[in-house]
Amino acid sequence: MLSGNRTWNFENKPVIISTGAVGGPFEADGNIPNDFDLLHSDLWMNQDSFEKAHKLLMDEACQKALEKAEIQKEQVQFFLGGDLINQITPTSFSAKTLGAPYLGLFGACSTSMEGLALSAFIVNGKGANYILTGASSHNAAVEKQFRYPTEYGGQKPPTSQWTVTGAGAALVSDKGEGPRVTSATIGKVVDMGISDPFNMGGAMAPAAVDTIETHLKERGVDASYYDLIITGDLAHIGREVSLDLFKKNGTKIDESKYVDCGLTVYREEQPVFAGASGAGCSAAVAYGHFLNRMKKGEINKILVVATGALLSPLTTKQKQSIPCIAHAVSIENGGV
Amino acid sequence: MSKKQNKLTPEQQKYQQFAKKREVKRPVIKNCIKAFLVGGTICTIGQAISTFYMYYFNFTEQTVGNPTVATLIFITMLLTGFGVYDHIAQFAGAGTAVPVTGFGNAVISASIEHRTEGFVLGVGGNMFKLAGSVILFGVFSAFIIALVKTILIQWGGL
Repeated sequence: MLSGNRTWNFENKPVIISTGAVGGPFEADGNIPNDFDLLHSDLWMNQDSFEKAHKLLMDEACQKALEKAEIQKEQVQFFLGGDLINQITPTSFSAKTLGAPYLGLFGACSTSMEGLALSAFIVNGKGANYILTGASSHNAAVEKQFRYPTEYGGQKPPTSQWTVTGAGAALVSDKGEGPRVTSATIGKVVDMGISDPFNMGGAMAPAAVDTIETHLKERGVDASYYDLIITGDLAHIGREVSLDLFKKNGTKIDESKYVDCGLTVYREEQPVFAGASGAGCSAAVAYGHFLNRMKKGEINKILVVATGALLSPLTTKQKQSIPCIAHAVSIENGGV
Repeated sequence: MSKKQNKLTPEQQKYQQFAKKREVKRPVIKNCIKAFLVGGTICTIGQAISTFYMYYFNFTEQTVGNPTVATLIFITMLLTGFGVYDHIAQFAGAGTAVPVTGFGNAVISASIEHRTEGFVLGVGGNMFKLAGSVILFGVFSAFIIALVKTILIQWGGL
């Protein structure tokens, strides 16, 4: 079960029986619109506040996952999720709609894999038959909290990232058809002293590298074991810095098999600066795009490493540096 | 900078230098040129509005300032409300932030943003969230300058 210090091997191999991915207008115009189950044409989504729209995203992602698996919401034993808003209210309000026993998580943009790792752990230990896990973010609601008002004309530097409007949910079960969760490595907080909230990729890269290297060592595999190693939202700058770090540490990683959700969701021409970010980024892209590719058989073994910057607007104003974390979960096809 | 660097561990300092190489810099010169052109255009529009008011209405060069500023802020309000201003600002940077339109945008965007929290605690309480410090330090600097001027005139014999 525990392998090394912080890697779990799941011998019962919990199955991701279905997923749901929901996006907003900017995502609809992006690189992978077909991988979303539902796309909204308006940021408001017929709600009277962005926060309510945020909650709706989570609701719909869960609903889609349940619909596709033909599972009633009463059958869901636990719901594990989170987002970026104060006190993770969108997810908690969504849990109210769902009515399932709920554990709220906060891991910033790493919440998606934190949830999947814990869900797989519970299912693997026969603690549940059906667990729903997910994460979401809403561009305007998150911008409002972490930065300036959405319509404020502040010029953003090229290192900043664009928060995804989207949600991803996965239904994890002990039986059924689908990709299987085989192992997970829990990240530790890494702080390299970067304090610029407009350069989160650079801040998060060391955390991602630490988790990936630990995972490979503790699981006893090479990077080439995986068809793809998928980071959460390192974007252009974080990706390059992490590749430099791998090179420096002597870890062999094939650049073409090292992809980032934050660079997958949008087209190059979209004005998203360094790339995408947000709790919904890794959730929607991993559960939507990459799991769809697994189901089609294009890829069979992936390692998803969701990265999170654990800052708050308060710590930023108080000039504190940005602590970062990354959680890795391996998902594999077939009877492995 | 140096004080902050002292607090970092050697490992952190090493990483920061390492990561700096990959960091995309702000294109400062390009931004300055864009700010100059857009800021200049806004001022030219302001001048045109002033001339218009002086020519067609009963305003003098001393009194035309207020209606001109009001007009510019009204235009800013429309552009902010329709979601155009922030896109212009991303291009223009200081060009749209420094003129009075930037101040208007800061107030209006905050009002729109917090409308869902109600009129009193939402709009009222947050309207000057960004612009408040501009008012505070603007008034404070004016006070200091006035003080300096008074002292120079009284005792400096200017």
